[in-house]
Amino acid sequence: MNSTTRRGLLKGGVAMTAGLAAGKASAAGPDPLITELQDWASYTGAGVDETPYGMPIRFESHVVRRNVEWLTASPISSINFTPIHALDGTITPQGCAFERHHSGAIELSKDDYRLMINGLVDRPLVFTYDDLERFPRENHVYFCECAANTGMEWAGSQLNGVQFTHGMIHNMEYTGIPLRTLLKEAGADMSADKWVYVEGADASSNGRSIPMEKALDDVLVAFKANGEALRMEHGYPVRLVVPGWEGNMWVKWLRRVEVVDVAVESREETSKYTDVYEDGTARKWTWVMDAKSVITSPSPQMPIKHGAGPLVISGLAWSGHGQITRVDVSKDGGITWETARLGKQGDTKALTRFYLDTTWDGKPMLLQARAMDETGYVQPTKDQLREQRGENAVYHNNCIQTWYVSPEGIAENVEVS
Amino acid sequence: MSKSPNFLIPAAGGAALILGVGYGVATNQYTSSKLDVMELQVEQAQTAATDAKAVAEAEVARAAEMEAKANEVQEAARIALASAGGGSVSEPAPLSDGYGLGRLALPEEIAAWDVDVLPDGRGLPEGSGNAFDGEEIFAEKCGSCHGDFGEGVDNWPVLAGGFDTLADEDPVKTVGSYWPHLSTVYDYIYRSMPFGQAGTLTPDETYAIVAYILYSNDLIDDEFELSHENFGEFEMYNANGFVIDDRPELEYSQWRAEPCMENCKEEVQVTMRSVFLVETPPEGGSNSVMNHARDEALPSFTSSGASFIPASTAPAQEVATAAPAEEAPTEADQGVDLIAAGEKAFKKCSACHKIGDGAKNGVGPHLNALMGRPIGGIEGFKYSNVFQAAADEGRVWDEESLAAFLAKPKEYFKGTKMSFAGFKKEEDLVAIIAYLREVGG
Repeated sequence: MNSTTRRGLLKGGVAMTAGLAAGKASAAGPDPLITELQDWASYTGAGVDETPYGMPIRFESHVVRRNVEWLTASPISSINFTPIHALDGTITPQGCAFERHHSGAIELSKDDYRLMINGLVDRPLVFTYDDLERFPRENHVYFCECAANTGMEWAGSQLNGVQFTHGMIHNMEYTGIPLRTLLKEAGADMSADKWVYVEGADASSNGRSIPMEKALDDVLVAFKANGEALRMEHGYPVRLVVPGWEGNMWVKWLRRVEVVDVAVESREETSKYTDVYEDGTARKWTWVMDAKSVITSPSPQMPIKHGAGPLVISGLAWSGHGQITRVDVSKDGGITWETARLGKQGDTKALTRFYLDTTWDGKPMLLQARAMDETGYVQPTKDQLREQRGENAVYHNNCIQTWYVSPEGIAENVEVS
Repeated sequence: MSKSPNFLIPAAGGAALILGVGYGVATNQYTSSKLDVMELQVEQAQTAATDAKAVAEAEVARAAEMEAKANEVQEAARIALASAGGGSVSEPAPLSDGYGLGRLALPEEIAAWDVDVLPDGRGLPEGSGNAFDGEEIFAEKCGSCHGDFGEGVDNWPVLAGGFDTLADEDPVKTVGSYWPHLSTVYDYIYRSMPFGQAGTLTPDETYAIVAYILYSNDLIDDEFELSHENFGEFEMYNANGFVIDDRPELEYSQWRAEPCMENCKEEVQVTMRSVFLVETPPEGGSNSVMNHARDEALPSFTSSGASFIPASTAPAQEVATAAPAEEAPTEADQGVDLIAAGEKAFKKCSACHKIGDGAKNGVGPHLNALMGRPIGGIEGFKYSNVFQAAADEGRVWDEESLAAFLAKPKEYFKGTKMSFAGFKKEEDLVAIIAYLREVGG
């Protein structure tokens, strides 16, 4: 595309802002992209032997994970963000799905992989990777959200981009073995007051305690995502999938499952992933990710470039309690709401795409989305959350997000009364 | 119990299972895989018979259970067949008692990996340490990130103090003020610290470091000998500071009501604008820029719309969608592999040292223009005494000194704060030096 064309588009935008009644703009002259023979329509393109494993075309190279340097002391123990503003549908490609490591992403081969199940079991067992592929396996789509997603926003509107406010999330189709299958194989004590302690093979040996009821319900020992092997940064070759629960429990490079009679109260379930309230007491074992939604376009990284007229408002909704049943969208900061269209009926504990197909009058908007899940839970406002929890919380911020959209179509992260 | 007759049980059980499952082999894929499983179980049981006693006993116990389950499995196979008759099966068929996969974990293997410590102290290894010894170990292995007194360097965690701040606007959550169990401190340090050298501490070193952290929090005196025997008696300051998730009672009960759709508010005002505008350069990462725009520049809203239409402030920006620059093709030359190897080796350093454009001091000094740089010469960086002495002598970094230092840091500069143990392989040394020279200039 050349600069002449781009200016043409901008002009068109201005003309449309000036008055919808003018109807469709007509071209100033014949479009050379149509009337002139283009290189790609004449010369041949890439051969089938050029790209054994393909990356997105170079025009999409800005759609990448990004980090915020000052958030953490070192990029080795840090997080980056999924470019959710630039994605559509619900499945997150692995290559741009957010990463969170406590001691960096490690290279662990299938040959070197071992999984131990021990503790209160009849038979402590060791599995190789090949052993795992011989158990019956299942496929499920689930979202994985870091408990700290939107955590910076407790104190007020901070980072101007949905990638940064809401990008600690991804949604993939996992192939794996129900954890209960492996627990049964080892003859585990599966009584309701028991726990499983799950631990990773990396230097952080991140470990979390999961109550037996959840472990027997829908937890997966997964080795594929979106049809292919897990990426290194997501725990290759094997990670735990704990549907609907905070991402820190989805232990990567899973090496050990221990059946225990109490919660281990490891660092990641005491000093971290707990929240202090105004009176100084803290809440622990806040595992479930409550219902949440956000508009991904328009948003600060996705301004409206086409001026007034037809506009697709789109976003994502999810709930750790089950299916999303409804998403409402407001253009005036929560005075009036319209029910959006769900891209398709949401899977349980998976991202649901919503659309509000609307006509923009070119005037300012305060865009908000509000999710409801199958339990009837309605996503709260920031004020409702703060009234309950104060402002010192870090995790589990599932507030309604507001974007101010200017007449030029520029969006900004704001807070409203 | 007499062992030899029992060795036959697994085989017998296996045979019974094969009979049961054989019922539907001709028509069902699942059952044929089942057959493989059972054959394996027979094979395993036979192997077990010649194996160690411990393994044999467990297999015998397992075989007994298998026998008891034989009829059940047979029934499950019938059900699986029946349900498969109607078409595709979406879930795996019902589980039997097991698939006979994996092998028994050996005691040495469990001992190597199962080192977690429970809140009541179960899992602690024998050992002891005090804060007096711990201070020295802490300074050597932990201080470069956590500070000599647990006060935390840069963004690294603060370990000491913060008492009575949990109800403040910015609570200081330290081991002393926040952590509810002492077991967590031992468990985390022993398994996951020091950062970049996890799993290298002995139990005695760990007890000493834990004691030093308690001492830094004024919770014990420096002679107190912390050990596996008195560990469980120790009650932490914030032991009773936690409640179990009460969102169901406090929040869900209120927030499960039909929401308002119209005239939900009289007026809406913007009360805060984004603090940081975030630039997203094509090469990745992000730059945060302070936003100085004022709230008043934005309209308020009522059911009849915006209070005013702000004048156009700027042409529509093409935020984050600038066409990426075409990547210049990189010339392959002989040095590239070496530098790539050096970059990989540098991962061992990068938690503390930065290099390249705009690199700043972190836990360690930045490494730009290192060759020929005065040793201990970065102004404002707090060097250890041995580096200060080298600086006073006017020494500069060259290939030789760098290679010697990076091979055995603590021998070359006794007393260095750098906790890195050194590169053991000659090729890593060569590569890292090439990398430092190339990237740092």
